[in-house]
Amino acid sequence: MAELPQAVRGFSTTFFTMFRKVNTEQYPEDKDKYPPKPAFHGRHQLNRHPDGLEKCVGCELCAWACPADAIYVEGADNEEGERHSPGERYGAVYQINYLRCILCGLCIEACPTRALTMTNEYELADNSREKLIYEKDDLLAPLMPGMVPPPHSMVAGTTAKDYYDGKVTGSTPAQADEVAAREVEKVSAQAATADERLADAAANEEAAIKVAQERVANDREEVLADLAADEKKGGAQ
Amino acid sequence: MTVTTTASGQASPPVELVTCTIDGIDVSVPKGTLIIRAAEQLGIEVPRFCDHPLLSPVAACRMCLVEIEGQPKPQPACAVAVGDKMIIKTQMTSEVADTAQRGVMEFLLINHPLDCPVCDKGGECPLQNQAMTAGHAESRFEGVKRTFPKPINVSAQILLDRERCVSCARCTRFADEIAGDPFIELLERGAKQQVGTAEDQPFDSYFSGNTVQICPVGALTSADYRFKARPFDLVSTPTTCEHCASGCGLRTDDRRNKVQRRLALEDYEVNEDWNCDKGRFAFRYLTDDRLTHPLIRDEEGDLVPASWPEAINFAAAKLAEVHGKVGVLTGGRLTREDAYAYAKFARVALGSDDIDFRARAASTEEAEFLAAHVAGTGLGLSYADIEKAPIVLLVGIEPEEESPIVFLRLRKAVLAGTAKVAAISSWASPGFAKTGGTVLAAAPGAEAEVLAALGAKAGSLSEAAASVADALREPGAVILVGERLAANLGGISAAVKLAGETGASLSWIPRRAGERGALDAGALAGVLPGGRPITDSGARAEVAAAWGIDEADLPAEPGLQAAGIIEALLTPPVVDEEPAPGTEEDDALIIAETAVESAAAADDEPGDAADAAAEDPNFEAIIEEPEPRISGLVIGGVEINDMPDPEAFRLALKEADVVISLETRLAGVDAYADVVFPVSVDTERSGSYVNWEGRIRPFGKVLRDATTLTDGRVLAMIADELDRPIATEDSNAIRREIDGLGFYSGTRPVPPAVTAPVAATPGSGQALLASWRHLLDLGILQAGEQYLAATQRPSVVRLSAATAAGIGVSDAEDVTVSSESGSITLPLVITDMPDGVVWVPGNSPGSAVNASLSVVPGTVVSIARGGQA
Ligand code: SF4
Ligand code: SF4
Ligand code: SF4
Ligand code: SF4
Ligand code: FES
Repeated sequence: MAELPQAVRGFSTTFFTMFRKVNTEQYPEDKDKYPPKPAFHGRHQLNRHPDGLEKCVGCELCAWACPADAIYVEGADNEEGERHSPGERYGAVYQINYLRCILCGLCIEACPTRALTMTNEYELADNSREKLIYEKDDLLAPLMPGMVPPPHSMVAGTTAKDYYDGKVTGSTPAQADEVAAREVEKVSAQAATADERLADAAANEEAAIKVAQERVANDREEVLADLAADEKKGGAQ
Repeated sequence: MTVTTTASGQASPPVELVTCTIDGIDVSVPKGTLIIRAAEQLGIEVPRFCDHPLLSPVAACRMCLVEIEGQPKPQPACAVAVGDKMIIKTQMTSEVADTAQRGVMEFLLINHPLDCPVCDKGGECPLQNQAMTAGHAESRFEGVKRTFPKPINVSAQILLDRERCVSCARCTRFADEIAGDPFIELLERGAKQQVGTAEDQPFDSYFSGNTVQICPVGALTSADYRFKARPFDLVSTPTTCEHCASGCGLRTDDRRNKVQRRLALEDYEVNEDWNCDKGRFAFRYLTDDRLTHPLIRDEEGDLVPASWPEAINFAAAKLAEVHGKVGVLTGGRLTREDAYAYAKFARVALGSDDIDFRARAASTEEAEFLAAHVAGTGLGLSYADIEKAPIVLLVGIEPEEESPIVFLRLRKAVLAGTAKVAAISSWASPGFAKTGGTVLAAAPGAEAEVLAALGAKAGSLSEAAASVADALREPGAVILVGERLAANLGGISAAVKLAGETGASLSWIPRRAGERGALDAGALAGVLPGGRPITDSGARAEVAAAWGIDEADLPAEPGLQAAGIIEALLTPPVVDEEPAPGTEEDDALIIAETAVESAAAADDEPGDAADAAAEDPNFEAIIEEPEPRISGLVIGGVEINDMPDPEAFRLALKEADVVISLETRLAGVDAYADVVFPVSVDTERSGSYVNWEGRIRPFGKVLRDATTLTDGRVLAMIADELDRPIATEDSNAIRREIDGLGFYSGTRPVPPAVTAPVAATPGSGQALLASWRHLLDLGILQAGEQYLAATQRPSVVRLSAATAAGIGVSDAEDVTVSSESGSITLPLVITDMPDGVVWVPGNSPGSAVNASLSVVPGTVVSIARGGQA
């Protein structure tokens, strides 16, 4: 009989809880109502210099620091006319595997150029393993006003050191022209291939029509010949 | 080598020991040992930058300061020899030493840039490491660091970031003391001190890559590896270099199954700590343009991709048609294991002894010499032996160009005064000049004469030659013959004779890495594995037992060598009077039934067939119709232009009914092949080479995920299909089989005694051709290496002053060298050499002797002024 009061006491907790305010947050419906804390370490971002050049120098220190072996980097030489970062070296391949990353932030501490930082984005789920390996394109910071997309030259008359010292504050018209010229070239090349394809398609179509016409003509003759033969037979009967 | 006596038997003189105390521990070391080495023996590591065990001490960096009791100031451990009863305290026990070292490190870092993130050395950098162990965590320096414009090229391959240099002088000492190419030097003083080159003289040394490896910081880097990877990305595999017969141990570093760089592996018996730039930088061929699937020739005559079973069946069917009449050419680039597979395939699956590994100018004389002296003799004369030879006589070899580590050893010994060098050559090459020996000038073809004169010690010898002749009679003297001597008939016989007369050791140095291994594996007509002569029935029985076949199934007569195979293909078969009866099926039957007899009969030279017919009453019964002696070829990695007469080889390929090619890429032979099989390169398999010493140099598989098939595996599949299995699928199994067979222990064949023909005398406007290949040239294993190619030696033609005057040219003008097949035009460098001799590089840009001239050195060619052909 001594158990009864204890059970009542236990259920009373349940009972009173029913009248408390609930903590459940509705995700994804209400996610905007509950942004993560500003210091939250979410998806990484590869930053740019103010003129759009990449900050990453491909040093692999982030990969080295990572306890989960989630980062893969390949460095490469900035070729003349194909510059991605100030200085000599840039990160040509950059991948983070979010199936491995534990969002610990050691990588961004290791980064000597502040190229790598972390955003607040936490929605890192998907339906295949491949999709969770983020490539450089997925990680690069968006182009802010004043930036032009690399590859392009450094601001004329500056050195890599000037970039680190913050002396470069935005892209110059020369850089914008360079990028625009490249775009024009790319588009005209695309147009040229498109034209070629169109011409090919037209030629193909013409050929196909010709073949079809020939076939129809052949068929017609055959049918006519058959008919004529039948008629003859019929006539004979 | 049978004539070899190694010096290892000699008792070494007793070493005088001194005893000192380092950090309270007593250690006895030979007198003269440096403190830093003595400490190493105790496992105490003193930090260092400039110290290198193979370079002379300079105490340039001051990093290794230690306290020596009784000395007022700390002393550099790398430059002070241990004294008896010396009491030494390193940073481990001495505050003074520790403070001194931290002070030095602070000075070094004052001018060192924060380049680690973009520096190739980062992660394996002695400066990084020692800054952690012997440096301060905080810098007190607030001034402006020195900067230099970013890297400058000291050569096309080697880049220098001057601000990273710690002025240790390792690179300059290496260039000066080891390579003998003092093209880099420390210039200026103080903070401006830097490594530099003369303005018009880049650091084009064959050994420049070593400076990158020994630079204790990232000041010297290679254009090839720059920014490719970090040390912690790399998986290292110990390997053996495939570029020459020196047999360097290398370390191959790959990242995700792609080779990124190769380094010299420390091996004090062979390459010490060094290797050459070819071995270090030439590896693009491993991946470029690789053939990935078998190809077979269809009815229209096109090579089309095929499945493996299809290609194997096709090849087997084709080979069955020409059983007993197939020649096998393996080239000199195969591993010992793969060469063995070809040797076994030829004897067992093809029933033929017509096999040769020499894709170059070769002779029967050489083959006899190899069978008598080299095949299956194991480790003979070694690097250590040539270092203490009273004389090393070089004949037909240019060590720096053809076996660079031999050159480094010779130079080391000459500088140390433990050996002397002489060469029988047409001129003193830059490499030979660095070993500072005597050149006994000889026109190509006259080597035998000079060798004979040295042996006879005739009164007509010059003073220099007489002293060489005397030195050759001292114990430990060495004669090194290169593969090139084979081109000049009688040369090898004369060298053998000289060795016999003087008691000098005789060793043979081929150029390619696979030649000695192929010889030991039996890839030469007349020589079964382990150096067993095919004519010896005991030897045949041993091999037959190991191969699990009947002794009678092994050919008993030596087959044709490469030249013979090509000749047989180009010579129409002897026509019998009576046309042969029987249909094709009958013939096939007869061939199968009388395989042994017909093989034996067919082994006679085609020219002898008529005589044989006259002598042998059964002859007609055996040979039913004029049979070509050779009508098929199995070719493993032979580059057409390696052959002394590429055009003849092409014709032979065209003439052959069946050509089976095993290749890593489409390189030329494929144009004539019925089937082409893709095979592994060295990074995709394990195996071994045998270097010129006879030392086995095994290596492991680098690319762990590679799925390509080895030559042995492909041959084994064809052999299975032919129902004559050879079981060579697995390199390890082959190695066990080779080891199980061991070397031949019976009586060796007698070495050749060929008399040299009377040398041709060039008329006016003619000269005798002399030539050898540069280390860095157009060789196919260096294809695609742009930085390496940029450090090649320039292609020039060389004539003596009198010969040049004879055709009216002067220095730097163009000279055209021509034969019936073609010509080569290059600028002239007047050289001290015999008159009537012209030298051109063997396979360099603008000078491909085989392809353009199709003649071997020693032949008379025309020379003319200017660019006209
Ligand atoms: S956050 Fe941590 S686990 Fe993720 S990539 Fe960076 S270091 Fe690696
Ligand atoms: S992100 Fe930073 S640490 Fe990583 S490779 Fe780029 S520069 Fe180096
Ligand atoms: S370049 Fe390297 S090896 Fe040469 S002196 Fe400088 S630090 Fe030493
Ligand atoms: S010396 Fe010969 S074995 Fe050594 S690295 Fe050079 S080519 Fe290779
Ligand atoms: S290592 Fe001794 S002074 Fe440099």
